[in-house]
Amino acid sequence: MAAVGLVLPMAEEGESHFPPTPGDFWQPMFAIPGTEYFFTRPMALVLIATVALMVWLQLTTRRAAVVPGKGQWVTEQVYNFARNGIARDMIGSRDFMRFVPFLFALFTFILLNNLFGIVPPFQNPPMARIGFPLGLTLIVYVVYHWVGLRHKGGVGPYLASMLPSGLPGWIKPFILLLELITFFITRPLTLALRLFGNMFAGHMLLVVFIVGGWYLFKTFEPGLMLVAIPAWILGAMLTVFEGLIQFLQAYVFTLLAASYIGGALADEH
Amino acid sequence: MEFTTIASGVLMASSEEAEPVGAGENAIPILPYLPELIFGLIMFGIFYWFVATKVVPNLERAYGERRAAIEGGMAAAEQAQAEADAAKKQYEDQLSEARAEAARIREHAKEQGAQIVAEMRGQAQSEAARITDTAHKQIEAERQQAMVQLRGEVGAISTDLASKIVGESLHDETRQRGIVDRFLADLESGAIAPQRLDARSERGR
Repeated sequence: MAAVGLVLPMAEEGESHFPPTPGDFWQPMFAIPGTEYFFTRPMALVLIATVALMVWLQLTTRRAAVVPGKGQWVTEQVYNFARNGIARDMIGSRDFMRFVPFLFALFTFILLNNLFGIVPPFQNPPMARIGFPLGLTLIVYVVYHWVGLRHKGGVGPYLASMLPSGLPGWIKPFILLLELITFFITRPLTLALRLFGNMFAGHMLLVVFIVGGWYLFKTFEPGLMLVAIPAWILGAMLTVFEGLIQFLQAYVFTLLAASYIGGALADEH
Repeated sequence: MEFTTIASGVLMASSEEAEPVGAGENAIPILPYLPELIFGLIMFGIFYWFVATKVVPNLERAYGERRAAIEGGMAAAEQAQAEADAAKKQYEDQLSEARAEAARIREHAKEQGAQIVAEMRGQAQSEAARITDTAHKQIEAERQQAMVQLRGEVGAISTDLASKIVGESLHDETRQRGIVDRFLADLESGAIAPQRLDARSERGR
């Protein structure tokens, strides 16, 4: 059954070799009928995360009350964080409400998927597969360009708004080139790669220490078994650290998305 | 050694199976696996739809209600405060009114008292004057009476005296002639000098 493959820890799959390789992230579960593609384990995790988020949010906000219960209170804390801490601060109180659903969805979606990197039995961050962060980045990319075009009123004014005012004429083309690279290449690239890279590398690091400790322990040689213990301690500490990074990356991704949208909506460069 | 296996894997993958981008253990990790990309987009799309249509409206409605409840509570508190202020003002007004009235009453009483005192004083004065007047009249009357009586008695005594001296009763004659009265009238008017009395007494001697 699918669930069996789902809960299989990474260590079993990577058992044939110790130093984890990028190939370890390739975890096909079953072939999608009629195609050459596979349904992969990260896809299953994303599905679980989405369903879990929807169930939780439905349960805690279905009867959102003036005096919140415990569940609603927790949801409200996260919601307020995304609403006031990210959306309102970055976009400004005039326009932010339009983007609150998007940014809140983005934040919670990335956060839970990231946390799956350290939560048993999942222990694999889906965002370590470039497809997912890239998809989210594409949405952000389209949104902020669309918002900018709508707000500035056309391609020309939108491009002109990228230039800082008060530049000497001869430098404008160069600055415009740099700004175009920033707007159309650097921003989406860094947005996607930052999230992907953090999750990818963090997971590799955890695997190195935890699976590495296991390999040391498995030798049943006293000296190596002793070394396994600090490896695991470090692995445990890194797991906590990784939790922080997972939160931080979700925050940074959402914050930057809000910042790009806010920049597109700004009246003066 | 491992490098060679990986390299051969890549070669095999690219040459024999021609796996899709991002698939397989030897895929380049920054190239997306298309099913994952699409699946992520679909999942996020569904999740966004759910958040935008259910979660955020519910929460915002609760926020609105909460704000309204707080504002309503504040409005009620303000109303209560206003009512309390009004009651206090009314009470203070009443109090000052009562004070003013008390002062007015006190003033009035004072005036009335002064008036009463003045009246009483006037009454007492008139009474005293009346009493004094009465007393004067009484005294005058008594004096008159005493004078009349004295006059009569003086006349009687003097005639008695004279009768004793002369040796006969002059009473009837003196009464007939009014001698004593005339004498006394003369005496009062100063028509009789003491010398004449002396001369007469010398002569009578």
